Amino acid sequence: MRSLYKYLLPYKKECLLSPLFKLIEAAFELAVPLVVASLIDGGISRGNSTHIIKMGLLLILFGGAGLVFALTAQYYAAKAATGFSAVLRSALFKTIQEMEPADLDRVGADTLITRITSDISQIQNGVNMFLRLLLRSPFIVAGAVIMAFTVDTGSALVFALLIPCLAAAVYLIMKFSRRGYRRIQEKLDRITGKTRENLTGVRVIRAFCMEEREKDEFLEMDRDYALEQERVGRISALMNPLTLVFVDLFTAALIYTGAVRVDAGLLTQGEFVALLNYMAQILIELLKLANLIILISRAAACGERVGELLNEGEEKKKGVLIPFPEEKAGEPFIAFDNVSLSYEGSGGKAIENVSFRVDKGAVIGITGGTGSGKSSLVNLISGFYPVTEGEIRINGRDIKEIDPGDLRDKVSTVFQKNILFSGSLADNLRWGNPDASDTELWEALRVSQAEEFVRKKEGGLSFRVEQGGKNLSGGQKQRLCIARALVSKPEVLILDDSASALDFATDLKLRTALREMENPPTLFIVSQRAASIMHSDLIIVLDDGRVSGMGSHSELLKSNDVYKEIYYSQFPEEEHKGEQAAY
Amino acid sequence: MNRQLIKKIGGYLKGYRGFLALSLVMAFISALLSLCIPFLTGRAVDCILGPGRVDMKGAVRVMILIALCALFTSLSQYIMSVLNNKIACGVVRDMRDAAFTKIGKLPLSYLDNHPYGDILSRVISDADQFSDGLIMGFSQFFTGVVTILGTLLFMLLIDLKMGLIVMFLTPLSFFVARSIAVRTYRYALAQSSVRGKETAFINEMVGGAMVIKAFNREERVIKDFDDINEELRDASLKATFFSSLTNPSTRFVNNTVYAVVAIAGGLGVLKGLMTVGELTSFLGYAREYTKPFNEITGVVTELQNALACAERLLSFIEEKEEEADSEDASVLSGCRGEIGIDNVSFSYTEDRKLIRDFSLRVKPGQHIAIAGPTGCGKTTLINLLMRFYDVNKGSISVDGRDIRKITKRSLRDSFGMVLQDTWLKSGTIRDNLTMGNPSVSEEEMVEAARDCHAHSFIMKLPDGYDTFISEDGGSLSAGQKQLLCITRAMLSKPSMLILDEATSSIDTRTEIKIQEAFHRIMEGKTGFIVAHRLSTIREADLILVMKDGNIIEQGSHEDLLARKGFYHELYQSQFAGNAT
Repeated sequence: MRSLYKYLLPYKKECLLSPLFKLIEAAFELAVPLVVASLIDGGISRGNSTHIIKMGLLLILFGGAGLVFALTAQYYAAKAATGFSAVLRSALFKTIQEMEPADLDRVGADTLITRITSDISQIQNGVNMFLRLLLRSPFIVAGAVIMAFTVDTGSALVFALLIPCLAAAVYLIMKFSRRGYRRIQEKLDRITGKTRENLTGVRVIRAFCMEEREKDEFLEMDRDYALEQERVGRISALMNPLTLVFVDLFTAALIYTGAVRVDAGLLTQGEFVALLNYMAQILIELLKLANLIILISRAAACGERVGELLNEGEEKKKGVLIPFPEEKAGEPFIAFDNVSLSYEGSGGKAIENVSFRVDKGAVIGITGGTGSGKSSLVNLISGFYPVTEGEIRINGRDIKEIDPGDLRDKVSTVFQKNILFSGSLADNLRWGNPDASDTELWEALRVSQAEEFVRKKEGGLSFRVEQGGKNLSGGQKQRLCIARALVSKPEVLILDDSASALDFATDLKLRTALREMENPPTLFIVSQRAASIMHSDLIIVLDDGRVSGMGSHSELLKSNDVYKEIYYSQFPEEEHKGEQAAY
Repeated sequence: MNRQLIKKIGGYLKGYRGFLALSLVMAFISALLSLCIPFLTGRAVDCILGPGRVDMKGAVRVMILIALCALFTSLSQYIMSVLNNKIACGVVRDMRDAAFTKIGKLPLSYLDNHPYGDILSRVISDADQFSDGLIMGFSQFFTGVVTILGTLLFMLLIDLKMGLIVMFLTPLSFFVARSIAVRTYRYALAQSSVRGKETAFINEMVGGAMVIKAFNREERVIKDFDDINEELRDASLKATFFSSLTNPSTRFVNNTVYAVVAIAGGLGVLKGLMTVGELTSFLGYAREYTKPFNEITGVVTELQNALACAERLLSFIEEKEEEADSEDASVLSGCRGEIGIDNVSFSYTEDRKLIRDFSLRVKPGQHIAIAGPTGCGKTTLINLLMRFYDVNKGSISVDGRDIRKITKRSLRDSFGMVLQDTWLKSGTIRDNLTMGNPSVSEEEMVEAARDCHAHSFIMKLPDGYDTFISEDGGSLSAGQKQLLCITRAMLSKPSMLILDEATSSIDTRTEIKIQEAFHRIMEGKTGFIVAHRLSTIREADLILVMKDGNIIEQGSHEDLLARKGFYHELYQSQFAGNAT
């Protein structure tokens, strides 16, 4: 929570001026009775009509000045609150962007979205009200208590007792409601998750006719959420009546002490009336304060959640990192040494004891059964997940020392799941290199076999891609994603099963074009298709996270059973030939 | 000003009429009792006149009365708050439920064309803002109204003439409040829709986090976010500032009225039309009376934000639903699996024809494979068969009945579907597998998983079938997700099967083994198979080769190869690399 204060600093001025102006407004308000008194005493009593008019105009003037100060105060409060929440949102979004995939997996997208939207809205609301009422209410309460002491110390002890009693009640209510508000937000995370899930999975849900069941699940969650709101609401609802009952009980106590002290001649009736008036004033202000305190405890619960995320980002700040290393004689371009990886919360190892070396410009094929760790292996090269054991070196330097930003500049990955973003086609392609010229874009499209269909699209490069690329077919998306990776002119290009939606003819054309590029990147091709990888310089066959075989196509075909099985399952005709050759 | 909207909200309030009435009663009691306390303290003063002149008994009696009053006021106030809270939470929960239910009923064309984040923002943020507004509105509005009525009554009782004058002067501030409220509503609506836009952006970017990392796009994405964020800050500032204008403005109006009255009254006293005492009490009432008015007008403007949010939420709830089953629609049962597609034309957008005059007859038990270059309309055909979209022209029939005359539920139930996009819901593996058929037994589930080669990797997960997976499968590989989706489809025991690139991420060895299971299950059932991997479709009874929304070739694998056409070209391309 404390960590959020620094985000309020840019609005220091507003945070000071808003309550101050509010106070000045209150002063004008308080001056009104004095002016009216003068109007009556100096005007009416003396029959002075000009004085009456003068004082009347003064009243209007005071009202006007009050208005100006009030508006300025409201403006500053609104500015500080909305500005603060904008700064927070921006900082939080930045933190999310900087989180590593492993952390994103752990925290979960739903709570990220709720925190950056709903929680920050609550904080904004809290700050706004806080600034509006900050000085006014405590000021008036404190003032009234002090005045009570100047009137009669003996009776004022009643006031002195009232304050700690109220403070204790407020503290307890805040403590409980804050915990409750946290639970509310956590339940909101689940509602967000369910809603998102039903939007992204709409086709499957309808195909399986699950609408009703999903609805029931949501209703259950929603009921749970509303119940929690009610429960916390019941605690918060105590604030107002409790304040009222406290103050009025103390008023009763004051009447008793007053009665005793007046009877004993220690207090006059007039002083007693004054004390009662102070008590009444305190009540009005405390009631306003009570509502504010509820808002604040809610904002505090949300602030805690936002602060935790922001802190997580700050803790992650790493040590000194080096840029992508230069080539070094005697060192292989990429080297894996006994590398293992296990994901958080999953049982076994996704990758176990993998070692290999890769020269610059080579083509490496990676294949293996479903879930054998192919994607996990290539995700290590771009540093998406840190190795659990062993070491990966690039030009002799440990990958952990390399700045991940620079690493991903040089190592481009095209994923199995192809994601394009809403915007023009050119915008999407320029992701890796904002300065790429149109010619460079077309060149990348040519290599990725996307040129033909892009030329046919309305607007060509300026064709509008919808959210998630919904207005493109699977194969078109894949080719555009490959083009996007090529635009950044990477040193290493990883195609993680990213040509699966392409027909074989297009797939072949793509691979040929990649090989024929000027300065072709070192290429990692992850594929199920034997045809896609069989011509690689090095083929790595994975089986259950371990290397089952490594070598060229012909070597593996002789020595590796897994590879043999994969190959012949796709080319049954060849199996026959192979058997013949063996004889 | 938003009569329509208020009426709709009123509809949701109907179920809470009892609570509402009780809450009003409580508001009335607490306001009345709290008016008594100042009166009682006055009585106390009368009991305490000076040294030796204190009516101790009387003072104690007043004390007890005050304490009782305080207790009952608090109690009624507490009950009121709890009730208001209950009503607001309930009403908004009902609306959120309605909005969620709506997601299941909207046509896919709506969902495909609206950013999910914006819908999310309506269901989550707008609903919450509305609920906050309702709670505040109820508690302050009720007590405000009751206090006004109470003071008014008091005033009229004491002095009818003065009371009437004050009463007629107050509407002035209403004018001011009203004009502010109208603008506030506009700004609040703008704020809410920018918030939706921002949520849509966040949703998209959180979903694409890996790609953003892969391209080092963080800075650029942050910059784009900041632009929208700036827009939201601006809209928020306007909405917040305007909503807070009312209170000071009406107070100014009242102060001015007060000053004018003071001048007029003062001059009136000089002319002997009024006594000083009358003027003071008159002024006193004017002050007392305008206070709750100020409070109420203030609340009304602050409520504008809640109303704007309600408007966005309600407009989503009222969105046009997917066409309901026609009245003569009947349930499809014991489906044989005969499918007829007659002269179907379809396009997503009017300007681009996708499928033109497409016709096809499928006999029960036939396996149809669809091949062709990407983007030729294969997936669209599935959208039409499942009635995710309806044809523009022509008709599709199952067992000789137009699918528009069959209930959607029974139609979709009779198809099993495995899509390219492997969506899994967050839940246990078991939840996901039994999605299409919750009554399936443990043995059946395990057997199906074994058939689909999913059993062995499931058993390696920390909790086996009870392992909880987050949305989108968490750390499962793409192939493993496909295996789960296939098992899921098998367990739903459909009479027809659609496989759209169902095995694209599964290695071919496993695929061959799964195919055995497929064959067993699809025995005698009609099936559609879309695949690039031609080994997947070789066994089909009929292969349709599609290009640009039309069938250009059809026949069995051998026929098509012999014809040496487009299919032959596709087929040869997978060996092309071999020659070099």
